[in-house]
Amino acid sequence: MAEGMTWSVTDGDKLTQAEVYGEVLTQLGDKYPEIVALTADLASSTKIGRFGKKYPQRFINVGIAETTMFGMAAGLALAGLKPVVSTFAAFASLRCAEQVRTDICYQNLDVKIIATHAGISFGQAGSTHHCTEDIAVMRSFANMTVIVPSDGMETGNAVAAAIEWPGPVYIRIGRGFEPPVNKTPDYGYEIGKAITMCEGKDVTIIACGVGVLQAVRAAEVLGRQGLSARVINMHTIKPIDRDAIIQAVKDTRRIITVEDHNIMGGLGSAVAEVIVESGKACAFRKLGVPDCYAIVGYPEDLYHFYKFDADGIIETVSELMRLEIEEDEDWEDEA
Amino acid sequence: MPLTQEEIKGLTKKAWEIRRAIVETTFTCGGSHIGGSLSQTDVLVALYYKYLNIDPARPEWEDRDRFILSKGHGGIGWATVLGDKGYFDKALLKNFNKTGSPFSMHLDSLKVKGCDASTGSLGHGLAIAVGLALGARLKKKDFRTFCVMGDGELCEGTVWEAAILAGHHKLDNLTAFIDRNNLMIDGLTEQITTLEPIDGKFKAFGWETLVIDGHDFAAIGQAIEKAQAIKGKPTVIICKTIKGKCVDLMEGQAQWHYGGLNSDLRDQALACIDKHYSEVLG
Repeated sequence: MAEGMTWSVTDGDKLTQAEVYGEVLTQLGDKYPEIVALTADLASSTKIGRFGKKYPQRFINVGIAETTMFGMAAGLALAGLKPVVSTFAAFASLRCAEQVRTDICYQNLDVKIIATHAGISFGQAGSTHHCTEDIAVMRSFANMTVIVPSDGMETGNAVAAAIEWPGPVYIRIGRGFEPPVNKTPDYGYEIGKAITMCEGKDVTIIACGVGVLQAVRAAEVLGRQGLSARVINMHTIKPIDRDAIIQAVKDTRRIITVEDHNIMGGLGSAVAEVIVESGKACAFRKLGVPDCYAIVGYPEDLYHFYKFDADGIIETVSELMRLEIEEDEDWEDEA
Repeated sequence: MPLTQEEIKGLTKKAWEIRRAIVETTFTCGGSHIGGSLSQTDVLVALYYKYLNIDPARPEWEDRDRFILSKGHGGIGWATVLGDKGYFDKALLKNFNKTGSPFSMHLDSLKVKGCDASTGSLGHGLAIAVGLALGARLKKKDFRTFCVMGDGELCEGTVWEAAILAGHHKLDNLTAFIDRNNLMIDGLTEQITTLEPIDGKFKAFGWETLVIDGHDFAAIGQAIEKAQAIKGKPTVIICKTIKGKCVDLMEGQAQWHYGGLNSDLRDQALACIDKHYSEVLG
């Protein structure tokens, strides 16, 4: 275990986000006896069942009753426990939106939600099991913290950080294996602090989740073409790292956001809010699912189809580079 | 031990005070869910003045019994009891519903001392109560959880999800009450959607069921004591009540789910309540 870390996973770069999550939560079980894990018949799919194998007394499988699970989590938190709840993102954020908002967030309860199969990571399942709305829903709930880890190791970091973070937290992860973007887990992860994956001065790609790897790949290709792209891993959507966004606008004047989510209401919207309020102009594009119910297919095919893979990012960067950006000498004067 | 005649008399006097206070606050606050607050009053009075193991001076006390008002619109009735118990200065209730007041129609647990959970959206309370009851077991605590539901909210599917789980986990530290006043906003429950047999439904889900007169303290006390003695399953006490109880113009009237009172109506309502209790107490 690296110094300062509360968990370690062997071959973390070969595991899915959910597998890392299940392992890390199980390791945290010793240190935090107040953790109680809940799922709704998705112990194996979400990997929360690993915790249940080690701590059967602290594991509750409610059956297929998601809404009640979130209400129960509120009750368990009111009894002084630290509930960790896992189900698919579509159920956590849509079916159970009211329980999450009213029972958990309204009372600012210490409930951690780790939602799997988010975005179109379960592309073959169809739109009932896609979830391209959860970031929008969850970030609109006062008191809620929203995290979209970029890979397995960041998932481990996010889960460990969330357990220590006060109040409700929503962590959204994918379904299957996605290649890792972080080489090791000990890179100083902090909730609310964006990570610059690579520096750049021509354009900034702000990404979350699977978008981070795609952005890093795009930046590598762009670099060979003589373009300098900054990549920011905006793993925390709320509270968002405003300084990193405003600095990127100032330095590069071209911003692209990348997320496996509807382009309405998610990371792109959160970044846009910061930019508009800053009063500093820039060229701006949002990549993600373009306000539609996604077609069916394997996730990597869908990322390509909706142009938020490396190819799509490169295409959008090229488009932005063709735009004339007016140089602004009076930047500091703008409100 | 059954309630003594003296205890019943004391609770009856308390219910008189609480019902009067609900009317007074409804007058000052402009409007309230008065009908259901009057129907639930006797159950709340029995719990708060006899059975709940609580200490108003220590509202966060870890071992206290928990009370969840799943029919959160009864908040004005609940706040009246909490104020009277001393969780806060009851004079503050003059601000009920007012801008910036801690007291909304549906109570906020972060603003109102003694309010164990924010409720108001129907069908949520029982799941929270199930979580609390399971939490007590996990933490090896002896506290009990009590949850009062309206009958109309039994239409909500989440009630039955939670009921299945309470039965499955054999939560004998959980007691639910149904304020069976037969009315929801738009009329009679059985005309809008059939709820009966309520006891049969809960029984099928693994609950002990008791059906009582929800305005009879002897019956309420006996049922709570029986529920506390039952092992291996949760208990639901179906309380037959009258919406608007003790106020003639409101009794059994769906339109008094929510309403305001002018000074004439307030005086009429108080006179009804006083007449009722003068007769009962002799």
